[in-house]
Amino acid sequence: MNPLAVEAVGLMAPGLAGWPASQAVLAGQQPYIAEPMPATIATLLPANERRRVTATVRLALQVAQEAMAQIDLDAGTIRTVFASSGGDSEVLDKICVALTQPDRPVSPTHFHQSVHNTPAGYWAIAMGCMQPSLSLSAYDGSFAAGLREAAALAWADQARVLLVVYDQPLPFPLAERRKIVAPFAVALLLNPTAMVNRLALLRLGPSATNEPADRLDDPDLERLRAGNPAARGLPLLCAIARRLRGRAVLAVDENTTLSVEATP
Amino acid sequence: MAIQPLAIAACTLTNALGRGVAASLDALRRGESGLRFCDFEDTHLNTWIGPVAGLEEEPLRGEFAPFDCRNNRLARLGLEQDGFGAAVRQARDRYGPDRIGVFIGTSTSGIGATEHAYRQCDPITGSLLATFDYPHTHNVFSAADFTRRWLGLSGVAMAISTACSSSAKAFASAWRQMRAGFCDAAVVGGVDSLCLTTLYGFNALGLASTRPCRPWDIERDGLNVGEAAGFALLEWAEPGDDRVLLLGYGESSDAWHMTAAHPEGAGAALAMQQALARAEIAPEQVDYINLHGTATPLNDAAEDRAVARVFGPDTPCSSTKGWTGHTLGAAGITEAIFVRLCLEHGLIPGTLNTRQRDPKLGAGLVLENRESVLRTALSNSFGFGGTNCSLLFGRGNI
Repeated sequence: MNPLAVEAVGLMAPGLAGWPASQAVLAGQQPYIAEPMPATIATLLPANERRRVTATVRLALQVAQEAMAQIDLDAGTIRTVFASSGGDSEVLDKICVALTQPDRPVSPTHFHQSVHNTPAGYWAIAMGCMQPSLSLSAYDGSFAAGLREAAALAWADQARVLLVVYDQPLPFPLAERRKIVAPFAVALLLNPTAMVNRLALLRLGPSATNEPADRLDDPDLERLRAGNPAARGLPLLCAIARRLRGRAVLAVDENTTLSVEATP
Repeated sequence: MAIQPLAIAACTLTNALGRGVAASLDALRRGESGLRFCDFEDTHLNTWIGPVAGLEEEPLRGEFAPFDCRNNRLARLGLEQDGFGAAVRQARDRYGPDRIGVFIGTSTSGIGATEHAYRQCDPITGSLLATFDYPHTHNVFSAADFTRRWLGLSGVAMAISTACSSSAKAFASAWRQMRAGFCDAAVVGGVDSLCLTTLYGFNALGLASTRPCRPWDIERDGLNVGEAAGFALLEWAEPGDDRVLLLGYGESSDAWHMTAAHPEGAGAALAMQQALARAEIAPEQVDYINLHGTATPLNDAAEDRAVARVFGPDTPCSSTKGWTGHTLGAAGITEAIFVRLCLEHGLIPGTLNTRQRDPKLGAGLVLENRESVLRTALSNSFGFGGTNCSLLFGRGNI
């Protein structure tokens, strides 16, 4: 299988506020403390849009912005893959509530924000990026599916790809049927060449495996991994943070996993 | 060098024109629309829709009962037509069930189940009915999950959800993931079903027409929401392959506006140019373009600019939305299969319902059906968020 270099990482979750501040925690050198997440502001959007976008959009844009700020590249030239299990449930909840009311007053803004590719659309507009972009879901396997799609896109086009994986807790009453314990978003800037100045070099297993997914030693971090589809990428982020040769087995669905080798 | 083509080994399509590809071909030839005045559930909307008949009476049962919702009923109905299941079973024996990927486009998946659940929630606690099953119905992945389980496939699977380009982009993803070695063959498709979210949403945006939609017409005033399930089994083309082939794909982003297309169609033009470049085919070699052609005033104008810029005024093109309505996340697969039918049967469909072409539009619009030998044809799909995808198909051995 071809190599895939990680050039930059963006990260946002309770107790994991940005990649620089999180590396020691993920490498096991500092304890994980699930502190409340700082507010995300989506500074890349114009003020009027900033007020209109939801927490889900802000979360996705935050990590995309953090990753791109780590390197000197025009984000307008970078292909993107956005992966999320459930998309923007806050917006879908508002629409479904409106549909229970007389005359069903669905807000036009909520309707256009309800598409799964809303963060991708806002990102493209903010960055002036006309490059291809894909938005996908594979339920609890969304991190692994996003990583595969981003890798395939990077190799096919021999171009960098920014992968953004995010999920946000659902509002009541949907939350009773889909438990996402905390917000989690990660962005990986991927390069299809084994370039020197990199955080890690990944090798993806060509087929799904049946070996059990990695669990994390820290119980709070493990609760996050198991409780948010985007956080199912945490074992890989830990391997990258350790900066040693390692291997991560990521949960895909109840039967299969994806194995990823990471070397510095 | 041109990309390695993918062959369509089998396909199936169910929409307002009927069950199976023959129903679509027959209606295209006869010029018979599947659109009717909106009578969906208890709506009171002055618009037209493209519904699939009979879904209300055909619930999913047994091991698939948790998936029961209009969208997965439609997926099942689609998967049962045209011998598609048998074709996938043969492919499963050849490639292995874990080596056939599943790439399904949908915009709203089974959100209809959530709409119903919210209307029936507990009046005191606000909780949803115990029977409501979020992961198997509402969640975006449900459409892909149902498809892979129904077909007995266990390889890579994902739902692509980029609004109305979703199931066109499924072809591009399948090509890439096969190329990467994540799978050796692919089931691509799209499933989107009528629901209150899209009907009232397009109405709120002022984009739903009160009449059957009229793409490129001087009086065009909006789209009609339709529903469809379509699937195709893709494998690498062999030398001398005489099947219909995916020769190229192009994807781009408008980077312009969440709902309005770029006025000059800059992103759309880029997608078409990249599909041509991947296939190493010149614009003048394209014999027919199936337009996205939703019949909203701005979308048609933007696509027209793009088509006219890339192809000039002579390449025959038409929108088939007057037959099916806009099937949203299933529009890409619907029109990819239409293009396959056109290539195989030498048919250029007209633009149903359109009477007087908007004189400001310059693309080579075809109003009436015509017979013609076709070697290559392009299909356009564009969506909210400024997402664009063009697919170029051709007959093998061209």
